[in-house]
Amino acid sequence: METPELPPQPARRNFIKKACALVVGAVGGLVPVVSGLMVFLDPLRRESQDHDAAQIASLDALPEDGVPRKFSVIASHTDAWNRVPRVPVGAVYLRRIGDKQVQAFNVICPHAGCFVDYDGTRRIYHCPCHNSSFALDGRIADPKSPSPRGLDELEVEIRNQNEIWVKFRNFRAGEKEKIPA
Amino acid sequence: MKALLDWLDRRTGYRRIIEYSLYENIPGGARWRYVWGSTLVFCLSVQLVTGFVLWMAYSPSSQTAWESVYFIQNEMNGGWLLRGLHHFTASVMNVLLVLHLMQVVIDGAYKAPREFNFWFGLGLLQLVLALSLTGYLLPWDQKGYWATKVATNIMGIIPLIGPALQRLIIGGPDYGHHTLTRFFALHAGILPACVVALLTWHIFLFRRHGITAKDPKRKPDEYFWPDQVLNDAVACLAVLATVLFLVLRPWLFRTGGDLGAELAAPADPAETYSAARPEWYFLFLFEFLKFFPGGTEIWGAIVIPGFILLIIFLMPIIGRWNLGHRFNVGLAFSLLGGVLFLTFLAITKDRRDPAYKVAVEEARRNAERVKVLAQAPNGIPPEGAATLLRNDPLTQGPKLFARNCASCHRYDGHDGTGRVPTTTYVVKTNETLRDVAKLHEMTEPELMSLNQLKTNRVGLNQELKVYEKQSASDLKDFASRAWIAGLLDPQRIDSLQYFGGTKFKEGKMVKFLKKDIAAFSPDRKEQLKKVIAALSAEAGLQSQRSLDQRDAALIGEGTTLVAGEVMRCTECHQFHKPDEDATAPDLTGFGSRDWLIDFISDPAHGRFYGKRNDRMPAFGRDKVLDDHAIGLIADWLRGDWYTPAPE
Repeated sequence: METPELPPQPARRNFIKKACALVVGAVGGLVPVVSGLMVFLDPLRRESQDHDAAQIASLDALPEDGVPRKFSVIASHTDAWNRVPRVPVGAVYLRRIGDKQVQAFNVICPHAGCFVDYDGTRRIYHCPCHNSSFALDGRIADPKSPSPRGLDELEVEIRNQNEIWVKFRNFRAGEKEKIPA
Repeated sequence: MKALLDWLDRRTGYRRIIEYSLYENIPGGARWRYVWGSTLVFCLSVQLVTGFVLWMAYSPSSQTAWESVYFIQNEMNGGWLLRGLHHFTASVMNVLLVLHLMQVVIDGAYKAPREFNFWFGLGLLQLVLALSLTGYLLPWDQKGYWATKVATNIMGIIPLIGPALQRLIIGGPDYGHHTLTRFFALHAGILPACVVALLTWHIFLFRRHGITAKDPKRKPDEYFWPDQVLNDAVACLAVLATVLFLVLRPWLFRTGGDLGAELAAPADPAETYSAARPEWYFLFLFEFLKFFPGGTEIWGAIVIPGFILLIIFLMPIIGRWNLGHRFNVGLAFSLLGGVLFLTFLAITKDRRDPAYKVAVEEARRNAERVKVLAQAPNGIPPEGAATLLRNDPLTQGPKLFARNCASCHRYDGHDGTGRVPTTTYVVKTNETLRDVAKLHEMTEPELMSLNQLKTNRVGLNQELKVYEKQSASDLKDFASRAWIAGLLDPQRIDSLQYFGGTKFKEGKMVKFLKKDIAAFSPDRKEQLKKVIAALSAEAGLQSQRSLDQRDAALIGEGTTLVAGEVMRCTECHQFHKPDEDATAPDLTGFGSRDWLIDFISDPAHGRFYGKRNDRMPAFGRDKVLDDHAIGLIADWLRGDWYTPAPE
């Protein structure tokens, strides 16, 4: 296609027209883009859920020798539009550290968020993803462990002599400090 | 800077692309009449941008589609605006498509060598209609569900391939998860991809053959940039302003209702939805279909529209002759006129139809109610929001009452849903309108408006619609203090409000009231008030909670009085201790949820009326209603449903 010769137009008039076309076009384009961005960015203003303490197990369910056992945490959960009163929201390892004392760890590895296994023969928690390992008390077992911190300990309360209640939380992975997620 | 741009240009050739897109020659200079194509491209871009973000929040399954759309509309930042833009831009796009098509036909822009571009445009028109149709179902609300069912059922009447095609589109024999996944794949994937591909070619061909200039040329030739671009940008802004106006209409006119696109109650295959209508730009087809009696729908739905489409398709060939072009223009205008007329007909018919108005009002109520329930502390259960309405006494109670109770009982004078049951009355000799009205306890104007009479003259044997007299008590505020006070009022117990229409009109209770209670001394009358408060407190009504708490002492005295001998209640009724000789309904927990459920389940049980039961069916014992339905009726009669706490 050839471009035909056009009569020259006054420069100022052309400039104003160009500016107007750009501004008007931008306004028209901006409205849908901004409304889209608002919805897209909506997750940033949603707060993470703070669970109340939940009853996990009874003291009798834990071996005397301090070997950990894994339990699901059943709590109410909000997932966008759904609100479910009782649903598994995570899991914890519980172990006895005294007659009436219990230690609780979130099963999630603080390195990258995998589910940590308990290895009964080596008596350590071992992460199947990147081989982080943790001692029974949750501290990093191996100096070469990729995890920046030990397992996340959770608040435990013994109620009515025998009930173990845990305040369940998730924490940000990859950080040296325990920061609630 | 220039060096950097040169470097960029050598590698990407961007300058040539910009030059090519901006410096298109427009014979005769920029004109407003050339803006339609650009506005359509703008609409498509808006749909793509808003659609992609909606996609991020939408969940296509029959338990989550409505719920996710509800969440976008009501919970997400700016969700109503996003959804509103997407919805109304679709509407506006359909109008613009018709305008674009009309202009092409009028200007003869379909003529050689532009035939293919015309056909591509027709293809685009159909793709956009398909996008509208598939998008209408995605919110999975009553409106989209029932309207789309009609559309897919019509598809099923195509000979030979119809049933199979229908199954393929809806993903099985019935509507469900796969209907949504398929419609969504079509709406957000396949159809937009086809639109983009076809549009690219459409624009390419448009550039290849150039604009169809309108003669006479009023100005020297110009480039597309900046004059025509400015025109196009202003036109696009006007389109956007129209869309925004439609989105903000409820706010601008203070009419209430949701800003942006409407969201009806969640789809429920067991709930009627008489307000089902296709989106307005399909109304003409909906109306057209009404002209075809059973068995011939295929003519109205497929053959005739298909034939018309074929003629439109052939326009470039017909238009080769001068007369042909005139035929095309005439056809285009008559088709447009026909479509507008049918649309107008559909809308005015609905406007004049009182039943449709009731249906729309009910749909609006349900849509609002489900929103209240979804925002309640319990939120939306994983089974989906349809269960919220199914389990809501306020929604189901009136419907159940109208179907099962209102043949005898009334609720504030009507059947629970606001309608008064009617029957036919034949006018006898010498009867005037006033006589008939008096006989049925109606006013004359009421009777006239019910029968749409213009004068008050009635003739012998004329059939008149009259309110059916109730033959059992009115249960509005059942078991409240006011209701019991009326029951224990010697003047009112034998009125139609209470026992007047039943055989208990002649019963012991009425006699006791007329003889003994009517003769009560002022002291006794004070005691009766305590009895009323005590009996009403047995129900534990939500609406009387604070009143019952305040009057605890008085209620205590009343309870003693009911149980004692002075008031003589326990001569026939049982009250908080078993009494095998009781012949009248148990007053223990009178009006409570359990009492009502037991009563509705079996009024002829020894605890209630026993053999003296008048005509009331044993709804539970005889399995007329299940426990769930009886519970809903009981809760509704007791005014026991979720209401949000005032802020």
